[in-house]
Amino acid sequence: MAPKKLGLKQRYAHMTRGLDWETSYQPMDAVYPFDSFEGIKIKDWSAWEDPFRLTMDAYWKFQGEKERKLYAVLDAFAQNNGQTGISDARYANVLKLFLTGVSPLEYQAHRGFAFAGRHLRGVGPRVACQMQSLDELRHVQTQIHTISHYNKYFDGISEFRHMHDRVWYLSVPKSFFDDARSAGPFEYMIAIGFAFEYVLTNLLFVPFMSGAAYNGDMSTVTFGFSAQSDESRHMTLGIEVIKFLLEQHPDNLPIVQKWVDKWFWRGHRVLGLVAMMMDYMLPKPVMSWKEAWEIYFTEAGGSLFTDLARYGLKVPKYADVATAEAEHISHQNWAIFYQYTHAAGFHTWMPDKAHLDWLSEKYPNTFDKYYRPRWEMWAEMEKQGKRFYNNALPQLCQTCQIPMGYTEPGDPTTIAFRCSEVDGETYHFCSDGCKDIFDGEPEKYAQSWLPVHQIFQGNCGGATVPDVLNWYRMNVGADNMDYVGSPDEKLWNEWHAGKVRDAV
Amino acid sequence: MTVQIKTIDLEPKRHTFGHIARRLGGDKPATRYQEATLDLQATDNFHYKPLWEPEYWHYDTRKTAVVMEDWYKPLDPRQFYYATYNISRANANQAVERNFTFVEERDLLGKLDAALKAKLISGLLPIRHLHWGSNMNMAEACQRGYGTAVTAPCIFSAGDHLGMAQIVSRIGLLLDEQTGAALDTAKDAWMNDPAWQGVRRLIEDTFVERDWFHLYVAQTLGVNAVLLDLVYKHADAAWGPAAVPVAMLTEFMADWRAEEGKWSDAVVKTVAAESEANKALISGWAKTWIDRAEAAARPLATALLGDAAAATAAADAARTRARSLGLSL
Repeated sequence: MAPKKLGLKQRYAHMTRGLDWETSYQPMDAVYPFDSFEGIKIKDWSAWEDPFRLTMDAYWKFQGEKERKLYAVLDAFAQNNGQTGISDARYANVLKLFLTGVSPLEYQAHRGFAFAGRHLRGVGPRVACQMQSLDELRHVQTQIHTISHYNKYFDGISEFRHMHDRVWYLSVPKSFFDDARSAGPFEYMIAIGFAFEYVLTNLLFVPFMSGAAYNGDMSTVTFGFSAQSDESRHMTLGIEVIKFLLEQHPDNLPIVQKWVDKWFWRGHRVLGLVAMMMDYMLPKPVMSWKEAWEIYFTEAGGSLFTDLARYGLKVPKYADVATAEAEHISHQNWAIFYQYTHAAGFHTWMPDKAHLDWLSEKYPNTFDKYYRPRWEMWAEMEKQGKRFYNNALPQLCQTCQIPMGYTEPGDPTTIAFRCSEVDGETYHFCSDGCKDIFDGEPEKYAQSWLPVHQIFQGNCGGATVPDVLNWYRMNVGADNMDYVGSPDEKLWNEWHAGKVRDAV
Repeated sequence: MTVQIKTIDLEPKRHTFGHIARRLGGDKPATRYQEATLDLQATDNFHYKPLWEPEYWHYDTRKTAVVMEDWYKPLDPRQFYYATYNISRANANQAVERNFTFVEERDLLGKLDAALKAKLISGLLPIRHLHWGSNMNMAEACQRGYGTAVTAPCIFSAGDHLGMAQIVSRIGLLLDEQTGAALDTAKDAWMNDPAWQGVRRLIEDTFVERDWFHLYVAQTLGVNAVLLDLVYKHADAAWGPAAVPVAMLTEFMADWRAEEGKWSDAVVKTVAAESEANKALISGWAKTWIDRAEAAARPLATALLGDAAAATAAADAARTRARSLGLSL
């Protein structure tokens, strides 16, 4: 009888895990020094199911093809001045937030997956992580190339790299990813692979890309479509990782549960920036944050955690609090940025009446009661020439690093304060979720580079607001302050006056 | 005749990002390579020391003993960013597919006599494990290195090594009629055959090197320039009547070596030229790993070709190469 030919699955196994071997000239623990201190127990790495069977030749072929198409669109967009066709110049502020806040995280993911792709002992996940490392490099580089064209015309984009390492609110996403990068490889996989890429990606990546589609941003939405198949691979890897860890040993469950709780809450806090973007910054909104949360977390996340219940995994702690906050978080964040517009790298504005009505309709329980009156008052103050600025530096949450502006669960008129004492120092938190995370690893979070503390310590260019803005490389009067009266607005009006003139 | 379509030119406020303009010495149009690479990695104000290595930040210039005033000096002469890298590899892979089809249609490997097949299995196929080890090293240099200019091409290189390991695996599947038996035999040779043990010991020793630039030198001047070149460049005579099909099926590797060598040479040369101290360190590393690679290559060359002359030739070529990069061996 002729020997049996390999099936696809076995063939792929030979192409990947067959390459690996148990080292004998060096102990395995020296070759993989970082995958045991977290306490995760793996009995059998070979039980890993490859979530997608992609050999490098196929990877290059698919990805090369996608890149050819994407760059053709980017070139056409630039050649035809696609930036003049967006819904309104206010939309450009979404791109500012994205490039300063999100794209640098793609870079971090690239390096983080290279770490996991070298240091996880199992060859199956290592190969998958390396491909994701390549993908994440793709995402940061294509995002830069996409937004590069906008940078030529709009302010607030040019110093995205410098700002990401320094500006107060950008320490929120930066510290989130630094947290994951400084964790062990298994926690990194749960933090980024599972919590971020699987549970929360529909609330980060998708809203930005749908926002681009609704607002005439052909280049960014084309990037989004092009990255979609990468994202599905990443989601598949994320779900595979958590199932694998839970199947391998019952002792892994409490460790994984703690990480899921932590990274759900960490992610939820970062997503507050997306919530604000969706509800306030899109001239043509896609859906409200509350609706997105219901669809993508309450429903999709609900069935995910029902599926994972057979491993003993529970819905993340404080998921109920996060769901209740979906009624408030976008409004509270926009209020923070409005007050600190002089120190923000994008423009703010008060919503017009049509937009206020839209918010009233989307948030029947909270908007008219708590937020609309505030917006109307601030709009009135603007009219009287008394636009409200907050000139005090805010206290920041030690964990998420957001100004302490969030309210008590169930009481939207009282600011929430929590604190913990460690070695005679008091640390402050915006929520029980953030306090729990700190209490779990106080030695880690005590290190946080808190922008306000750093300013007071004299590490941010000087003692005055102009000194600090200068240190941020913020082009005062162009990058910051209200949209109305900005150079962005002036340029936009010129383009459109030109269009009207030409039509007549 | 030319036709010219008129387009509307809107005067841009700026031509590139601030950090790129500072690199270019003014606001000038930048290339996509520059915008995708320069100063991309974070450098300041990190929040937490890694739990797994609290003596360093996750991006830390102290993870190698060489010192650069600016890690964006060692640029990639190929100017690869993700798109150009993938498109280039997709193109190269079209030739791989044509070559495999050519060899398969004519059954050029299947027709070989059993002794020669066995020699390819034990003498050529185990190199796929060396590629896999090289993949691990380049992933390590990517994750541990400093500055996107060097680290981004390292993950490309890691992908290349995985791809080459898979091309070699496909040669194995041609030899064993797609059963995987040849790959199992080759792995046994990798693990136990004395001809391969020096090579395996060497690559396992690189796995524990924590200085990432030291690792980079060991990989590019030791593993690539001696061991890979021995097998792909100096061993044709070992394959007898299979030399032409083997050359066709490994054409990717030959092209890759020439192309990636330009980049890795440029990096080593630039970092060595930075200071006498760098030059001394890198020269020492290069000497150690070329010598070690030569010693590891000798039994392999002897098994393949009857004597160790090819190992010496490969190592001497690596030494000449290293000297041309400004190193003193």
